[in-house]
Amino acid sequence: MTGVLASGLTNFVGDALDKQVQIDAVGLGAIFALMAVGIGLVFGVMRLINFAYGQLVMAGAFALAFASDHDWPVGIGIALCFAVVLALSLAMERVVFRPLRSQSAAVMLIATFAVAFLLQSIALLWFGPLGKTATSLVELNRPISVGGVEIRKITIVAIVVAAVCLALLVLLLDRTSIGLHMRAAAMDFPTARLLGVRANLVSTVAVLIAGALAAVVAVMLTVQYPTVTPTFALQETILVLAGVVVGGMTRLLSATLGGFLIGYVSGLLGGALPSSQSQYLPSFLFGLVILVLLVRPDGLFTRGRGLVERV
Amino acid sequence: MRTRRAAVELVAPAALVVATGLVGAVVSQTSEIYFVTALISVSTVVAIYVFVGNSGVLSFGHISFFAVGVWAAGVLSVPKEEKPATMPYLFDFLASTTVGNVPSLLIAAAVGGVFALAVGLPLMRLSGLAAGIATFAVLGITNNILRYYEKIGPGLNTFSSVPETTGLLQATIGAVLVVTAAFAYQRSRLGRQLRATREDPAAARAVGVSIYRQRLASFALSGFLAGFAGGLYIHFIPINVDAVYLDLTFITLAMLVIGGATSLWGAVVGALFVSGLDSVLGETEDGMTVLGRTIDLPSGSRIVVVSAVMALVLIVRPSGLTGGREFSLPSLGRRARPAEAK
Repeated sequence: MTGVLASGLTNFVGDALDKQVQIDAVGLGAIFALMAVGIGLVFGVMRLINFAYGQLVMAGAFALAFASDHDWPVGIGIALCFAVVLALSLAMERVVFRPLRSQSAAVMLIATFAVAFLLQSIALLWFGPLGKTATSLVELNRPISVGGVEIRKITIVAIVVAAVCLALLVLLLDRTSIGLHMRAAAMDFPTARLLGVRANLVSTVAVLIAGALAAVVAVMLTVQYPTVTPTFALQETILVLAGVVVGGMTRLLSATLGGFLIGYVSGLLGGALPSSQSQYLPSFLFGLVILVLLVRPDGLFTRGRGLVERV
Repeated sequence: MRTRRAAVELVAPAALVVATGLVGAVVSQTSEIYFVTALISVSTVVAIYVFVGNSGVLSFGHISFFAVGVWAAGVLSVPKEEKPATMPYLFDFLASTTVGNVPSLLIAAAVGGVFALAVGLPLMRLSGLAAGIATFAVLGITNNILRYYEKIGPGLNTFSSVPETTGLLQATIGAVLVVTAAFAYQRSRLGRQLRATREDPAAARAVGVSIYRQRLASFALSGFLAGFAGGLYIHFIPINVDAVYLDLTFITLAMLVIGGATSLWGAVVGALFVSGLDSVLGETEDGMTVLGRTIDLPSGSRIVVVSAVMALVLIVRPSGLTGGREFSLPSLGRRARPAEAK
């Protein structure tokens, strides 16, 4: 029994250390990190957890599928994807987030559930449960050989794009006045407003940046999963939400790291679990999430203890 | 005066439940299904309310207790002869036992309660976002295991041959029982202590209330009631594992928040309001005549309208239809009830 267990463990560790598995896991982590930034940025400014974020990715994916259905060039498809996602983000901010800004976190979260439901059911009505396929970028799914390891092009693209996006975001937050305003709003919204930060502008910009990232994620996810259904990206969103909380929502960096980590671990487990147990992958992941939360409820990458009201 | 007001707080939601049952009994056979669904929703939402409403901590995990209730009642009440055909891999003791309607409901409740207690022991130390995500993780794990572990149920298949004992009568009695239990709990010493921690955790701790213990007790009771509601549900309609996952979690939480999460009255009103809306629209999808005009919505548009209305209610009335207050007669309460609270 112990022998079997030990050899199973050795295989598991061996598979997990395999270069192929590692690179795929990093690629998945990169995509998750982008989603985590999108969710974390909006949370930072508005203290709102946007559950409908996955549905933005889904809408973008449908835009891509729509374009590839009509044999439009790739560039137009991507432009359409950005246009749809940004328009939806803007509408969401105006119609739902802004009126609810002063409400409790629970009310805002449930409102984003409702929005998520709405978008998902519209997609169901429009495209049916089987969805559509986006094929124009499938070329990127081909592997190329680097030093004896087969890497799909999209993995490299995902890592590079994520790095570029994050670098741009850091520049924006650090070097521009709107970035400064956003950081101020994230720290203390009422005080920032008193000092002349325009609340509506800041939240609109945050939502738009998050939307642009959702569009980027939509492009990269449709390459890997060309079949776009109304529940596209739903599973990923749930994992990213868990990831940002595990990482720590108080800072954008910790949320991003959390998102990356859960994508990476999910890639590792997916590659290393024996196939008889791979169906239980979500249980392993969620089990880890619970364990980490029990040990570090304020987040894995946060410093010190969170503020607890003491008597 | 105080006892009278307390009585009103129980009688009003219970009367609304009974009235729903009675109206359901009067209308045609075909729409009875909507009333039973609404009543089971009341049981489920009130079960969630017992924890979420009284503690102020959002839980996404309650549908896992509902789901184990469905599994317990479903697996145990299928006749022995039928089990090998639909659930061939069951554990022996599950395959060789069949229980009646009432025992199966009690077992469903007990399994839900024990599961909630076991989960709550570690998780009730958390609060806020961490608690929300951790309870969500419980839901994910429960769903994943029920989906693939065929020794304890039908796995991905839909339940079949479960006796359909939940009609209007059983659904009404069940909902009244759940409402009464929730009322008794929130008036009890335990319930009041928990509500105190909701209003001001620091002050509650200062007077010696253990937040952890109170939340745990409420979580276990809430899981017990949710398991019971799950038992009611599987005796009503054959379902599979997808029916007890994300959609149900969101719709039940939305019902609670739309009604007004901090009151029992709000939980009941929210459940009935959303189920009512859902049923009316469901009928409209099949074509309905209103005032001599036939309204015919394309199928699938129901969820679109329901979710749009949910978002709208939250934007217009963020504290819910009842404002999160208990029912009170205008002459008894200091503040008159808003008219739109039905």
